[in-house]
Amino acid sequence: MAIPPGHTVSARRLRNGFLHLQDGPIDVVLSAEGPGAEVAESAAVSAFDGMLADMMAEVTELRRPIDHRPQSVTHPVARRMVEAVRPYTNVFVTPMAAVAGAVADHLLAEMVSAAPDLRRAWVNDGGDIAVHLTPGQRFEVGLVSRPETPELAGRAVIRADDPVRGIATSGRHGRSLSLGIADAVTALARSAAAADVAATLIANEVDLPDHPAIRRGPADHEDPDSDLGGRPVVLGVGDLSTDEVARALDRAVNVAEDMMDRDLVTAVAFTLSGQWRTVGVLDSGLLIPPSETKKR
Amino acid sequence: MTDVPDQASIVRCDACPVLCRIREGKSGACDRYANANGELVRLDPLVVTENVLEKDGAVVPFLERAPDWDGQILADAPVFVTGIGSGTTYPDYKPAPFIIGAEWDGVDTVTVVTEGIFSYCGVKVKIDTDRHLGPEQAPVRVDGEPIGHVTTAEYGSQMLSLGGVRHLTGGTKKEGTVTCAALLDLCNGEAVEMTVDGGSNLVVQAGRPPIVDAVAEDRMRVGCGSATIGIFAQQWIGHADEVIVVDDHITGVLSEHQAGRFLDMRPGGIRVRGRKSTPGRYFQVADPGAGWGGTSVTDPLDIIEKVDPKTAWPGERILMVSTTGEDSAYFELDDDLTFIPKPMPAPLQVVVDRIGENCEPALCTVLFMGGAGGSLRAGVTENPVRLTRSVQSMITRVTCGGAPVYVWPGGGITVMVDVTRVPKGAFGYVPTPALVAPIEFTLPRWAYEELGGYVGAIQSLDSVLATSPELRRERQDPANPWPYRPATR
Repeated sequence: MAIPPGHTVSARRLRNGFLHLQDGPIDVVLSAEGPGAEVAESAAVSAFDGMLADMMAEVTELRRPIDHRPQSVTHPVARRMVEAVRPYTNVFVTPMAAVAGAVADHLLAEMVSAAPDLRRAWVNDGGDIAVHLTPGQRFEVGLVSRPETPELAGRAVIRADDPVRGIATSGRHGRSLSLGIADAVTALARSAAAADVAATLIANEVDLPDHPAIRRGPADHEDPDSDLGGRPVVLGVGDLSTDEVARALDRAVNVAEDMMDRDLVTAVAFTLSGQWRTVGVLDSGLLIPPSETKKR
Repeated sequence: MTDVPDQASIVRCDACPVLCRIREGKSGACDRYANANGELVRLDPLVVTENVLEKDGAVVPFLERAPDWDGQILADAPVFVTGIGSGTTYPDYKPAPFIIGAEWDGVDTVTVVTEGIFSYCGVKVKIDTDRHLGPEQAPVRVDGEPIGHVTTAEYGSQMLSLGGVRHLTGGTKKEGTVTCAALLDLCNGEAVEMTVDGGSNLVVQAGRPPIVDAVAEDRMRVGCGSATIGIFAQQWIGHADEVIVVDDHITGVLSEHQAGRFLDMRPGGIRVRGRKSTPGRYFQVADPGAGWGGTSVTDPLDIIEKVDPKTAWPGERILMVSTTGEDSAYFELDDDLTFIPKPMPAPLQVVVDRIGENCEPALCTVLFMGGAGGSLRAGVTENPVRLTRSVQSMITRVTCGGAPVYVWPGGGITVMVDVTRVPKGAFGYVPTPALVAPIEFTLPRWAYEELGGYVGAIQSLDSVLATSPELRRERQDPANPWPYRPATR
């Protein structure tokens, strides 16, 4: 695929020392700490350069539902995407549900492979985060219910001995279209791609089917290339009563618990209109429920 | 619902390998590019304005150079980087997104450029109309939510005060959301429909005529009824024996008015309703309304209380006219001293028309008002109060998207700006809810150092222009003073 004229991949150092990579819709902020940090950063930049164009070569395949068995994708990010959605043959989902998380996982893997002695590293692709931790290290992440509001609603702490290496958030206020009405679903899983899919699917379940206050329209009316085709995506949510909000959230609890039972996700927190549900709070206190971090 | 959107309106974005197809009014996967009326546009570019010289009506050098522009802005044409698209460093314990050093007129100048999140903000709206829009203090609503209130009546106009922190965050969530959306639309020059409790339905749009109860207001009155008498008295002499200018505020009666006395007019003997203020000037001749001169009357004779048989005379010629000339009627008294409508004599029609010609077009004026005196200052300096003092002493100039602001005297940095002088699409919002507005502080470098500014964060203008991947270039509104130019008191 020809790279459009004038197209630029950008890498720049943020004032706080993190590295910001941008190409088309991909915005990545990353950090590497410990021996080989610079090598790791260079590895991330080389892996990033041209990655989007290469992935686009397989995009038709990646936009097909997983039950259509994508034939043979070859790009490492595309493989991660397919792998992340493969367990979900019982619902409609395409590998695109894992794209942001898979990019984060891939860049992180490249960094760690180039600099195996890193103490800690992370790659944040638009809120979907892949984490590398060595013993004694931890990674703390704040939960925000609406991406535009700089207000912490909760907190998750990941330690090296937790099974979690990926965090992803999905919902109605991001760039992607959603079949559900959740404001935000944050999932913690073994990889960012796995967390990405889980968050997407749980966000789809938070819903009140046929509720008149929820405005829906075909996905391809919004974006002609959407992997969701003509499926009705949520375009607007009017006023919902406290009970209705609770009902919409409760629908998704079963789905989240089922994912936990199948070991697809470690913990999930999700919110709609200020109400929260958490599933899979670990003994280590890995996910700190919003109610305990935020006094009303 | 099931109609398929027009395929022809899809734009293919070629800014990156994703090659999104974008429908009209939508944005691509990156949210950076969108389809606006079939054109691919960048949504959030940093906006720079260029100081261009007016020569024989042509704009140089910006438009002349534009066709073969090589994609780089050279700072040889004076360029001012506005806060629009600059982003914010909320909560502002960090330096503002751009702190730009440039030389202007031999002075090393620093401009601190940011987008402020204004929790304390609103708009002041001036609606040029004599019509009664609603009682003072009445709530103004959008979608049933109170977003502000009717405040004072001013010369030929009615003021509304909309927004403010008590509507944004002090009421219900819905009140805040609706208020924020209305303010955003007003600030970005969009039309907003609103209703006044016990009053009118309004459509307000900055720089456009107000629409009151579905009727577009055309003219602003030439003056109050008394002033209209004073302005045109001389021109009526010889063509009318009495002129009554109908006005909700002060209705004027020519022969009784000082102007008529001065011209030795014979008293007409016609008494209008209401309370006499001074000779020939009457308050409250009718209820306020959407009729003649902002009164409720549609038949002007409704304001006539009596005709004095001792003073009036058969054949007396009477002109009645509103303060905008939009409504007028001519009468003659018959032998019973009854008003008989007659065609308007040509010489009087000329003066009626002249009233209209002398009216300015009725407009809505929208001033954004916000407080930049809080944490936003910490993006400029580690000593916020010094910025306030520097602004108050006019060493630091404040602009909003390059447009001049009025800084309120007193504490804090509370500014007002005419939204029509700010480049398009300058205002945004956060769901707090609060408005986001560009703001720039420009001051001599020595002053910036003195107030404890982030000197280490100063970047040269050239390097900012060279490293900003996308810039929206706008011609500096010639009506706006060039922000680098020092202000004078």
